[in-house]
Order: sequence, then C-alpha cells, then structure tokens
Amino acid sequence: MRIKRLALFIVLLVSALAMLFPFYWSFLTSVTPGASVGKAPNWLPEALDFSAYAQLFEQLDFWRIIGNSVFIAALTTVFQISTGSLAAYAFSRLTFRFKNTIFLVYLATLMIPFQVLIVPLFIELRFLGLINTYWAVLLPTIASAFGIFLMRQAMNQIPLQLDEAARIDGAGHLRIFSSVLMPNMGPAIATFAVFSFMGSWNSFLWPLVVLRSAEMQTLPVALARLQGQYTTAWDVLMAGSVVSIIPMLIIYIFAQRYVVQGIANSGIK
Amino acid sequence: MSAKNSVSRRPRSDAWVAVAFLAPSAIPMLLFVFVPMFGALLVSASSWNLIGDFEFIGIDNYIKLLTSEKTLLVFGNSFYYVAGYLPTVFLIGLLFALALNTKVKGRFAFRAAFFLPVVTSWIAVSIVWRWLLNPSNGVVNTILESVGIDGPGWWTDPVWAMPAIIIASSWKDIGFVTIILLAGLQNINQDHIEAAMLDGANWFKRLFSVVLPMLSPSIFFVFVISMINGIQVFDQVYAMTGGGPGDSTRVVMQQIYDLSFRYGKAGEAAALSWLLFIVIMLVTAFQNYGQRKWVHYAD
Repeated sequence: MRIKRLALFIVLLVSALAMLFPFYWSFLTSVTPGASVGKAPNWLPEALDFSAYAQLFEQLDFWRIIGNSVFIAALTTVFQISTGSLAAYAFSRLTFRFKNTIFLVYLATLMIPFQVLIVPLFIELRFLGLINTYWAVLLPTIASAFGIFLMRQAMNQIPLQLDEAARIDGAGHLRIFSSVLMPNMGPAIATFAVFSFMGSWNSFLWPLVVLRSAEMQTLPVALARLQGQYTTAWDVLMAGSVVSIIPMLIIYIFAQRYVVQGIANSGIK
Repeated sequence: MSAKNSVSRRPRSDAWVAVAFLAPSAIPMLLFVFVPMFGALLVSASSWNLIGDFEFIGIDNYIKLLTSEKTLLVFGNSFYYVAGYLPTVFLIGLLFALALNTKVKGRFAFRAAFFLPVVTSWIAVSIVWRWLLNPSNGVVNTILESVGIDGPGWWTDPVWAMPAIIIASSWKDIGFVTIILLAGLQNINQDHIEAAMLDGANWFKRLFSVVLPMLSPSIFFVFVISMINGIQVFDQVYAMTGGGPGDSTRVVMQQIYDLSFRYGKAGEAAALSWLLFIVIMLVTAFQNYGQRKWVHYAD
C-alpha cells in the first residue's frame, strides 16, 4: 500500500512538473540574453537579464495596454455583478407574471454562440459610432446570463425571514436588496467576480474586432500584434506572455477556492 | 403586525419593481444579443460587403456555401481539431482526477498546478507553445533530438500544424476537465465501491463497472462542453498558424473572421455563422439523444 502511494505521488509530481514546465520555460526565455535571435536558453539561468521587459515597455506603451485591460476587466466585472444581482433579486424575491418565461429566455442566451452575433454586432456598434472605443467592448458584456443564474441560486439560499424582518422595520425593496441580501452573498459574488474578470481579461476575438488602434488594445490583442512584429524575438514575446499571465496568476492564488469550487459546481447538475 | 399580514395574505404583484430590477440586464440583452441574432439572419440573406448598398439575395449565400469545397474543408478541420482535442483532454483529465481522488500527499498542490494553465489567455498560451514547438531550437524538438528522434516542423508543416494546436489546447484545458471529473468522483457514493470491493472486483473491474458508469453525468458534461467549445475554436488557431500553412488549419471561425473582417463579405460570413450555429445545435441534440444509452443519473 505504501509503495503504491509513493508511486502515485511520483507520477503526480512528474506530471505536475511537466504541466508547469511551459511557464518556467517562458520565464527563462524572457530573461535569457540572446533568446532574441532564437537561441534556446540553458535549463538553468546563467544570468537574469530583464532587457526584454524594458524593450516591451519602451517600444509598445505596454503600461497603456495593461491599463486598458485592467480598466475593461474591472468595469465588466462591476457591470456584470450589478446587473446580475439586480436581476437575481427580481427572480428570487419578486412576484410578477411571466417570471419563469423571462428567466428561461435569459438562460436561452447561454446557448447562442457569440460567433453568430459577431458580424451584425460589429455593424450595430459601427452604426452607433462606437468602434475603437471602450464602450464597444463593454456594452455587449454588461449583462451575463451565467452571472444572473449564479446570483439567483445564491439568493435563493438566503432565508425569506430576513426580508420579512427588514420589511417590518420599514425597509423597501432597494434597502432589502442592498443591506440585507447583498451582504450575505459574499462567496457567490467572489466566485462570479473571478470568472467575470478572467473572462474579460483573456477575451480576444471581440476586442480584436472592435479595438482598431494600437493605444486602445487590450493585452491579448496587443500580444497577437506583438507576435506579428517580433516574429522571432522570443525573449520579448515571452516577456509579453509572462506579463499577461502574472495578474491572473496572483488572482488565482488568492481566489483558488472560489475558482475551483465554481467550476466543480458547474459539472454537478 | 398588520404589515406582516398584508404581506402574506394578499397575492401581490411587483410588476413595476420587477421592471426596474430587470431593466439593467434586459435592455443590453435585447440590444446586444437578440437584435444582432436576427440581424445576422437579415445580413446572411444579403450580398452586403459592409460599405455598399444592402441588396437582398435570398438564400444565395447559403447555396454558395453548401456547394463550396471550402466549407467542407473548414468544417472538416474544426472536427479534426475536436477529434484530437477531446479524447486527449478527457483521458489525461480522467487519469489526473482518479489520481487526485485518493489520499495522496500534496494533492491540493497538484490540483493547483494542473489547473494553472486554465486561467491564462489563449493568446499567451499560443505564443508560448509556438516557442516550445519551434522547429529549430524549440525545447520539444531538442528533447526529441536527444533521444534520437528527428522532430517534425510542427506549426510550419501542413501535416503537423493541427497536432501542434491540439497539444497546446489540451495542455491549457486538462486542468478544467480534471476539476469537473474530480468533483464528480467525490460525489460518488462510496458504498457502491465498497460493495464491489467485497465482491472481489479488482481496480480495473471497479473502474469500468462501478466508477465510470456513476461518473457518466460528469463525463457527459465534459463531452458536451468540449465539443461546443472545440467546434468554435479560434483564438489559438489565429495566434499559432492563422489557418495555415496553406489551409491546413483553417477552421470555421477563422474563415468567418477572414470573410467578414479581411474580405468584407459580411453576408457570406453571417450565413456561415448560422451554419455553424445549426451544426452546434445538431451535435448537441445528437449528444443529448445519445446520452440516454450511457449516462446514468443517480436517484
């Protein structure tokens, strides 16, 4: 039994190292002098050379690009949590006609692949004169059906007695929503916030289509453009990848519990 | 007292309150999901090129697409991707999940390590794997060379470009599949497994006759999600090969992107996106129909 467990541990260790290796190798390449001409780094670094990072920030206005990504991802998260929790209140706490039908229509939008919408959505936003603005990226993602569903589930878990007590104290819907229910939704909001931020931070196709000029672009779009310019400057390309990965890495380390739980729950009906 | 009674006795309707709470989500959904959804139908029935006049041509775009070899090629490539990607992430994900569903030391750290690639962006992953799979000086070919194998040209070679994309994509998604299957495994009632153990079933027997059937709802979920995402593959193709070399990795989404934003053929692109949507619906319906034969839901 003990030998079996040790063997399992070793297999897992080797697999984990293999899974992590691409991260190590990209970081290593980004700090290896000479990788710009396609020279492979040694397995262990001889010296840490951060000139590729300097090049990235000097030549590409990378701060602006990181700023764009942070700004868009943060606003998207705030929008989606606000619209999601407001809608969740209606579905969880209010009585009105067609409630279930409307909820189903919301859920049905999850089935529509974004790809079907992309051409007409582009035309629509061009008609509104919003191409190459932050709004073009933000508007289509203001409401997330997935978020509404998640928040409604969480709100249904909160006992109705809490609402009743507040109502007796004279609280209206807005007060009950903001000072009774929302403070009790911490874990659900955290889970959704991570997914929302991650989705926006990593999204590529739509920002690629609507953010035309270099100074408006988000990280993934700028990385793709970088690849076009610096085809073989692997140290700069790896530096760019590392910079784009680090923020998500930090969020993941702190919010691992929420991310893993959120995904695990989605698989259990 | 009276306030409480009025709440519970009278069937109330909060229609106007509901309108206020739903408007912030309903208006954007209407404008940016339903309007373009039907807009796509309209555009797909036109010869519009994004700048000229809007001219109706009925189902001509669809006929053109359905009779073109290019359509067959791009759908074939998307399905080729799924055929390589799905079994890879499923089998490796299942092995990882089985290994983590034990009392092995450090299992939480291992789980975190397997999951890490999931939170990165497809573009970063693609760039990293273009370097790992670089035909000259790429670390994979260097390792292969050290054991006497002459590594292929990967993304520069029409034959190996799609496998290169499949390897990179699988690496990114294995952790996702692992978490789903692990959650499913942890939900299995241990009594069934112990009963099988008492019957003298060995590990393989238990796996195939107890564990996998009981895991089938999670497996089904993984298949459906991977299939839907796989048919729509785009980011990693765009960043790793751009559809090349030749048309060897030209998938449906790459074609839609090029048609609309490179050649300005909005009508044809919209028609192709509707075809893609229909194919996704058909595949999902087919999977849903097939699940009755092999998916067992616990009572």
